[in-house]
Amino acid sequence: MLALLARRLALGVLTILVTSVLIFAGTEVLPGDVATAILGRSATPESIESIRKAMGLHDPAPVRYVRWLTNFLQGDLGTSLANGRPIAQQIASRLGNTLFLASVAAAIAVPLSIILGVMAAIRANGLFDRAISVATLVAISFPEFFIAYVLIIIVAVNLGWFPSLASISPVMDLGDRLYVVALPALTLVMVVLAHMMRMTRASVIGVMSSPYIEMAVLKGLPGWRVVVQHALPNALAPIINVVALNLAYLIVGIIVVEVVFVYPGMGQLMVDAVAKRDVPVVQACGLIFAGTYVGLNMIADILAIFSNPRLRRPR
Amino acid sequence: MRLFGQRLSVAATIGLVIIVVNILAAVLAPVVAPYGEADIIGDVWDAPETSQTVFGLDNLGRDMFSRLLYGARTTITIALITTLLSFTIGCVFGFAAAVAGGWLDMLLSRIVDALMAIPTLIFALLVLSVLGTSIPVLIGTIAVLDSTRVFRLSRAVAMNIVPLEYVEAARLRGEGLAWVMRREVLPNALPPLIAEFGLRFCFTFLFIAALSFLGLGIQPPFADWGGMVRDNAQAISFGGIAPLIPAAAIAILTIGVNLVVDWILSIHAARRA
Repeated sequence: MLALLARRLALGVLTILVTSVLIFAGTEVLPGDVATAILGRSATPESIESIRKAMGLHDPAPVRYVRWLTNFLQGDLGTSLANGRPIAQQIASRLGNTLFLASVAAAIAVPLSIILGVMAAIRANGLFDRAISVATLVAISFPEFFIAYVLIIIVAVNLGWFPSLASISPVMDLGDRLYVVALPALTLVMVVLAHMMRMTRASVIGVMSSPYIEMAVLKGLPGWRVVVQHALPNALAPIINVVALNLAYLIVGIIVVEVVFVYPGMGQLMVDAVAKRDVPVVQACGLIFAGTYVGLNMIADILAIFSNPRLRRPR
Repeated sequence: MRLFGQRLSVAATIGLVIIVVNILAAVLAPVVAPYGEADIIGDVWDAPETSQTVFGLDNLGRDMFSRLLYGARTTITIALITTLLSFTIGCVFGFAAAVAGGWLDMLLSRIVDALMAIPTLIFALLVLSVLGTSIPVLIGTIAVLDSTRVFRLSRAVAMNIVPLEYVEAARLRGEGLAWVMRREVLPNALPPLIAEFGLRFCFTFLFIAALSFLGLGIQPPFADWGGMVRDNAQAISFGGIAPLIPAAAIAILTIGVNLVVDWILSIHAARRA
């Protein structure tokens, strides 16, 4: 099992490295370099030359890549082209906000989807089950902003329960913060819930058709005990995978949701940076998002290894 | 009702109607639309009753219904071109990897693994920040990123076809890689790929809408649904439903395509059984 874990960890690190190369290459090798971007229209050959020298743009790409990555790992994310401020400073508070929103959404979505998915599996093809499959189709077809605006109209404008703009600030206490992020979090929950629910259901049903479950049913155990005690432990590995996949998806869906609710998170920052073509900021945000995505997938695989009883005990 | 000798389910019929209506809207937009794409005909966010229009006016006083029709044109055309391009790239490389095997398969599969390690939206934002937003860049970027998924599927499908006798026979006759891919693999791989085409279309369509909503997709003066949601977002704060209309159009078309895809998949499953 240790070998398996080590291999998965190594693969994860390799993936993150490849990802960072792609992010670096995507923005460095393509036409137009940072010097011309900084100067814009006021660029003269001499001024471009001096900036290139100052930023070390004359070094070969591999050297610049290693420098960029080591600086990044030490917390120096570079300087924004748009306002000349260090990127780390801009990202710090926003990263916290984004993580806060994502964790609130995950804390609601994960347990809820597993409970609902198991309920659907207990009565497969029942009314509740069919309602879920319709809900899934609807959820995968609706863009995030549609769900968000429907929620705003119903919950914020008509009912007036929660604010439609999620303006969060560091001085708020936890209760106020939760109140402010309620709608964006709810939107994210709705975006990922259906899919997680459906996969939970599918993996529980998959296990339900195995002989030892038939045995449990035949010896007269009540339905919920069969599902919770016998089926669920073996369905856990695929469920963990789906949960991780959707949490990773949350990281992406959060970008659109942050823009809808004008939430001061990293997604908003990244979108603004793309519009201003502020490449270093986009790179930094991109690497953080991609790293989180890869990391979540890796954690899921490792948890799946742990949840497999056959691998847990040394032979 | 029947289509290709198969009975249409109720859901599939609804889906098909939605698709046909959308295509008609896109094709006939200049004929059907009461006003032009950019014509300002009244006050900002006039209600349907005061402006004598179907859905009222938008954030600049343009007719929402007309813009919805023109928007269908832009959004659907661009999504369709992107999907076609993504399928061409994905199938050519996917079939080539399966038929040729060896180092080519190895190389292509690793490249695809690397591209899929990053969420598509993040990757697209990176490319757009470097190249700037224009329609060709948008189509190219999304097509390449999306073709990774087509590659995986077409390679997997072709892998099952390659060991069959008729492919072997064609190879022994001395046919080249391209001929085998086009004449032996493609016709037999088509049914699962058609369903996938619908799903990929939904994905690119939603993806372009999301980018336009973020202000990074299709740029004005073209009307497109994602951009219309963005333009009218402000109306929501005083209870207007203007942004919901184009957003609903996006959702409805996606549901329509999904319903038809489900039907195609169910026929496919029934034939196999």
